[in-house]
Amino acid sequence: MTQSLNYLKETASQTAGPYVHIGLAPGDAGFDIYAQELGRDIAGPNAEGQRITVTGMVTDGTGAPVKDVLIEIWQANAAGIYAGAGDVEEGFRGWGRVIPDFDTGKFTFETVKPGPVAGTDGRMAAPHLNLWLVARGINVGLNTRMYFDDEAGNASDPVLNLIEQAHRRDTLIAKGDDAMYHFNICLQGIDETVFLDV
Amino acid sequence: MTSPLYQRDREWHPPALAPDYKTSLGRSPKNALLSLDGTPSELTGPTFGHNDIDAIDNDLLRNYAKSGDPVGERIILHGRVLDENARPVPNTLVEIWQANAGGRYRHKKDSYLAAIDPNFGGCGRTLTDENGYYTFRTVKPGAYPWRNWINSWRPAHVHFSVFGTAFAQRLITQMYFEGDPLIAKCPIVKSIPDQRAVDQLVAALDLNATIPLDSIAYKFDIILRGHRSTFFENRPEGN
Repeated sequence: MTQSLNYLKETASQTAGPYVHIGLAPGDAGFDIYAQELGRDIAGPNAEGQRITVTGMVTDGTGAPVKDVLIEIWQANAAGIYAGAGDVEEGFRGWGRVIPDFDTGKFTFETVKPGPVAGTDGRMAAPHLNLWLVARGINVGLNTRMYFDDEAGNASDPVLNLIEQAHRRDTLIAKGDDAMYHFNICLQGIDETVFLDV
Repeated sequence: MTSPLYQRDREWHPPALAPDYKTSLGRSPKNALLSLDGTPSELTGPTFGHNDIDAIDNDLLRNYAKSGDPVGERIILHGRVLDENARPVPNTLVEIWQANAGGRYRHKKDSYLAAIDPNFGGCGRTLTDENGYYTFRTVKPGAYPWRNWINSWRPAHVHFSVFGTAFAQRLITQMYFEGDPLIAKCPIVKSIPDQRAVDQLVAALDLNATIPLDSIAYKFDIILRGHRSTFFENRPEGN
């Protein structure tokens, strides 16, 4: 016998199920209950930097759209600062919830383009959004990132460079220009997105 | 930014692919997850305050009531949000959602024949207090059938969403009720490989927290990932 370490165990995840919107976005479930739904404005009204629009779709292993997904976004501001980690514009939270159209599975959201973020080791991460996906059939929420194809910093980004198969790095890079970007997320299959254990 | 987190124990959580839960077959990544040592992108996270929510938001008996109380067994759900070091997680957002007492969700995509309750929305939210405590008042949700096998029934459950202080602590899970025979038969529950992890999702009947002649109570503690110690590292933030 040895002494006990006495750590607690993290509560196990369970799928968010098909009705996640009731809890996290009741307006999308079809009813009005809260004075203010959280996560409806990622950047807030005072955010500096380039306003961008992102469109896309999440697909499953058969190529069908995942219409009941809920995506959370977490991002730095245009200066590369996360809310809570330094001074940001008033009203900038850098967090939001994205819900696709239930009939088509297509999503659209607006935010500002984040700046490069300094890592704890001093290396710079290229501008990116952090994404967390939950849905029916997803047992543990999936973390991934969205980078921008017009950023030179992608070539030296520490996370993109960790991806062994170079062609799979493209699954994390949104295509676009002129403030409109397109980003699909593929849960399974030949174009499967790189997901992260963070 | 917080200090790095303990690695998530992927053998404790359900695997992405749990074939008896059919929907996971087409929605589970086949490639290995890319493991990252925590970067500022994951060790930061959104925070919320009392300006974001209303006091009534944690009272599901009242937050959607139109003409009276919802139908069903009145219950108190309470507990603490702790981390793996058993430290309370204060001021963190806890959101719940559930079916009504008949097992019907208020959602435009739910068409189960059990009736909608005009006085029940089915969602609530609150912030933990300085000791990590939270409380909700609601009705006990009903079991309901779902399309997995031809005769599959979900045990009564409440969905929980919790934040913590780092985006990498983000967690969604489901709380079950002590004594429910459907728990052991549910493919979603059984996606969890370790029975001890299942037991941790079952809220205990807590007679001490009941309100006599009013509401019965269940206690459910939620554990988020713990912060790694930074012994011998020059990090001013410590744990």
